[in-house]
Amino acid sequence: MKKSIFLALSAIVFIHITSCDKLVPGAPEPGDTIAEPTDGLTPAQMAQFIAGDELFAKVFTPAEGLGPIFIQNSCEGCHVGDGKGHPFNTETRFGKLTPTGFDFMLDKGGPQLQFRSLQNYIAETLPPGYTHTSDRIAPIVIGMGHLAGVSDADILALADPNDLDGDGISGRVNYVEAKDYFNPQPFHIQDPTQSGFYIGRFGKKAKEITLLDQIVFALKQDMGLTSDFDTEDLYNWQIANGAVDNVPDPEVGSDVVNKLLFYMRTLKTPTRRNENDADVLAGEQVFDQIGCVKCHVSTMKTGYSEIEALNNKTFHPYTDLLLHDMGSLLDDGVPEGDATGSEWRTPPLWGLGLAEDSQGGTGYYLHDGRATSLEQAIGFHATGEASNIANNYYALTQAEKDNLIAFLKSL
Amino acid sequence: MIKQIKKILILSIIASSSLFAQNDSTTIRTLKRISANDSTEVTNQDAMFARPFIGIGKSKTAVGGYLEGNTNYFAEDGVTEGYSMELRRFNIFLYSKISKRIRFLAEIEFEHGAEEIAIETALIDFEVNPALNFRAGILLPQIGLFNANHDSPRWEIINRPLSSTTIIPSTLSEVGFGFYGKFYPGKNIITYDVYMVNGLQHNIVNSEEGKTWIPAGKDEEMFGEDNNGTPMYNARVAFNNRKLGELGVSYYGGIYNTYRLEGEEVDDKRSVKLMALDFSTKIYKATIQGEFVSASIDVPNDLDEMYATKQLGYFAEVIYPVLNRKMLGYDNAVINTTFRYEYVDYNIGTFASTNENIGDHVQAFVFGVGFRPTAATSIRFNYRYHKTTDILGNPPALMGGFQFGFATYF
Repeated sequence: MKKSIFLALSAIVFIHITSCDKLVPGAPEPGDTIAEPTDGLTPAQMAQFIAGDELFAKVFTPAEGLGPIFIQNSCEGCHVGDGKGHPFNTETRFGKLTPTGFDFMLDKGGPQLQFRSLQNYIAETLPPGYTHTSDRIAPIVIGMGHLAGVSDADILALADPNDLDGDGISGRVNYVEAKDYFNPQPFHIQDPTQSGFYIGRFGKKAKEITLLDQIVFALKQDMGLTSDFDTEDLYNWQIANGAVDNVPDPEVGSDVVNKLLFYMRTLKTPTRRNENDADVLAGEQVFDQIGCVKCHVSTMKTGYSEIEALNNKTFHPYTDLLLHDMGSLLDDGVPEGDATGSEWRTPPLWGLGLAEDSQGGTGYYLHDGRATSLEQAIGFHATGEASNIANNYYALTQAEKDNLIAFLKSL
Repeated sequence: MIKQIKKILILSIIASSSLFAQNDSTTIRTLKRISANDSTEVTNQDAMFARPFIGIGKSKTAVGGYLEGNTNYFAEDGVTEGYSMELRRFNIFLYSKISKRIRFLAEIEFEHGAEEIAIETALIDFEVNPALNFRAGILLPQIGLFNANHDSPRWEIINRPLSSTTIIPSTLSEVGFGFYGKFYPGKNIITYDVYMVNGLQHNIVNSEEGKTWIPAGKDEEMFGEDNNGTPMYNARVAFNNRKLGELGVSYYGGIYNTYRLEGEEVDDKRSVKLMALDFSTKIYKATIQGEFVSASIDVPNDLDEMYATKQLGYFAEVIYPVLNRKMLGYDNAVINTTFRYEYVDYNIGTFASTNENIGDHVQAFVFGVGFRPTAATSIRFNYRYHKTTDILGNPPALMGGFQFGFATYF
C-alpha cells in the first residue's frame, strides 16, 4: 500500500511539473534571435510570411529542379537562421580582364562558380583563362524590406561622389541595368545618362536594384533553380552546352518567388541588446566621433508601403547603401555595374552582434569572411576612403576601442 | 508457473511468445492463440515470430497485428504547433506453417491511416536444421537491435530511437535471401544471419533532408528491381546467454548509387556501410538495452562536408518495472518506468575552410511511464527533450514536449 501511495504521489508531482511550461523550451529573448517577422503584420500577412519562411528553409531536391550545379540546396543553407553566412558556402565570382573590359565568361560558367553538383554530373571548376576571382559569404537577410523601402532620393542625398564636403568620403550610387521584369516604383530614379539603368542597393556591390532581382539571382546562381523570371538553367560547360537537369523550366513558379520576396520584405529589423549599457553608449559616441557613421549611416526611413508594418518607418541599418572605394586591401578586381574592383556597398551593421550565432561560434566578417574579429575587420579599412577612419580607430585608447566593439556587438 | 509468467512479463520488451501460448483462453471457439516461435529461446533473431497470432479453426494460417497511436505536444524554442493526435500504425501479420519445417510470415503496415501502405515482410523460411535455415522474400535485415524487433507494443518509448531510424533506416525491409541459424555452445546461444538484398538507392544523397540521409535510400521500386545490379549484404552474429543477455554485432552495406544505366557506366561506384553493436540484458528487474551504429558513406567529392561521409548514433535505455501485480482487474499488470538517452551525429568531420568541427547532431533523452495491463498492451506517457545543433555548430535548438499513447497487439 505504501508503494502505491508513493507511486501515486510521484505521478501527481510529475504531472504537475510537466503540466507547466518549465519542461517545454521557451522562446529566446527578442534580441537573441533574428528570424522573426516584423511587428505589426496582419494575420493574412503573417500567413504569407510563414509560407515564405517554409520556402526559405525548404531543401530543394533534384526532382524539384535543384542543380544540376549549385552551391546550396536551400536558402537557409547559406543564410543559416537568416544570419550571416559561413565560409563553407563561399560563393566565388570570376572573370577575365580584357583590353576592352571585364569578361564574366558567361560561356564558361560565369559569373559564379557552382562547386557542387548532382550525382551523375560534375561540379564546375574555374575555367582556363580567368584572371580574377571574388569570394563572398552570404549576408544577413533581415530588414531587407526596410532597405527596399528607402527612396532613391534619400540614397542620392547621402552620395557625395566628388567629395565636395572634403571629408575624404565619396560615396556614390551604382546605376545598373534593370531586368526585363523590373517594374519601377515612384521612388525609383533612373540614371539621367542611361535609359533603363536604376540605382542598385542589394548585393555586395549594389548590383541588384530590387529584392526580387536578388532572389531570382540567388535561386539560379546558388541553387540552380530557374524561375518565371529567369528560365535558362545552369549547365556545366565542361560537359556540354545545355547539359541541364531533368526538370522542365521554369523549375519554380512566381508563387515561390513572390512568397520568398514577401518573407524577406517582412523579416524584422534586429532588436539591439544592452543598448543602454554605459560602455555601449560610450562606444556609440566613439563610432560617431571617429567617422564610422559617415558611411555606416545609423538612421534611414522607408517611404510609402502597402504593408503597414513597413510604411514610413524609421530604422537603424548603419549603411548608406552607397559604393565606397575601399582601396587595395579589399580590391578583388571584379567590377559589377559601375562598381570597380575596390568599390563595395557599405554593408549594414545591424545584426553584427549575432553574427557568431549563425556562423558556428566564430565571426567571419567582411564580404568574404576574411576577418575573424571586428578589430581585424576595421583593420581592412586601412586603404581607400576609410583610411582616415581606420587611423582614427588606431589612435583610440584601448578602453575606447573596447567600447566601440561593445557598441558594434550591441547592434 | 507464476514465477515463469513473471519472468516472461519482465522480458516482454524482447519477446513474449510463450506468454501468448499460455495466456487468455479463447472466447470464440474457432479462434485460438498460437505461437509461431518454435524455439523457447528469446533472441533478437526470434523476435519476428515471437508475436501473438490467432489461429482460425484447423487452418494452417494465423493472423495477428498491432495498433499504435499517441498524442503530441512539443515546442521548439518557444514555438509550438499545439496539441495533436496521430494514429501511427496499424499492422497486420499473417503467419502460416506450411509444413513442419517451412513457414511463411507477412506483415502489412498502414501508417497514419492510409498515408503509407507497405508490405513490410513477406518471407518464407525453409529449415534444414536449427543451425541452417534458408529465408527468402521481403525480409528485415538484421542490423542492430531494433530493425528486426521493432513492434511498437514491445517498446515503452513512443518514438523510435533516432539512431535506429535515421542512421539505420528502420524499418528497413528488403527483397533478398539468405541464411540464418543457431548454435548452442554450452548453455549459450550463438545466432547468425547472412542475407543478400537489393539494398538502398541513390537518394541517400540529395534527398529533401538536405544532408546525407540513409533512410531516403529506401525505395519501393527496389522491391522490383535493383537500381544498380549490385546487391547489398547484411550479416549479424549474436551471443546470447540467458543470464547475461544478448550482444550482437552486425554489418549492412554495398553500392547504393546508380552507377550504370543500360549497361553503361555513368558515375563512380559509391557505397554505404553500416556497422552496429547492440545489447540487451537484465540486471535485477531492470532491462537494459541499446544500440550503437556507425555509418560510412561515399559521397561525390564536390558534395563533401555538405553531405556527410561518416555518421554515428546510439541509444541506451533502462526499463524498470516499479509495480507488478493485479491492478484495475488485470492480473499481472505492470507499471514500467523507462529512461532513454540517445545521440546522433549526422556529419562527422571538419570544414576544410575553417578547420572547425562540423556540427549537425542531436542529443535527446526521454522519460516514460507505462502501464501494461497485459504484456501485449502498453499505455504510456513520455517526456522528450532534444538539443539539435545545426551543421555549423550554432547554439542548439531546444525542443521538449509530451506524448501520451498506446500500442497493443491484437
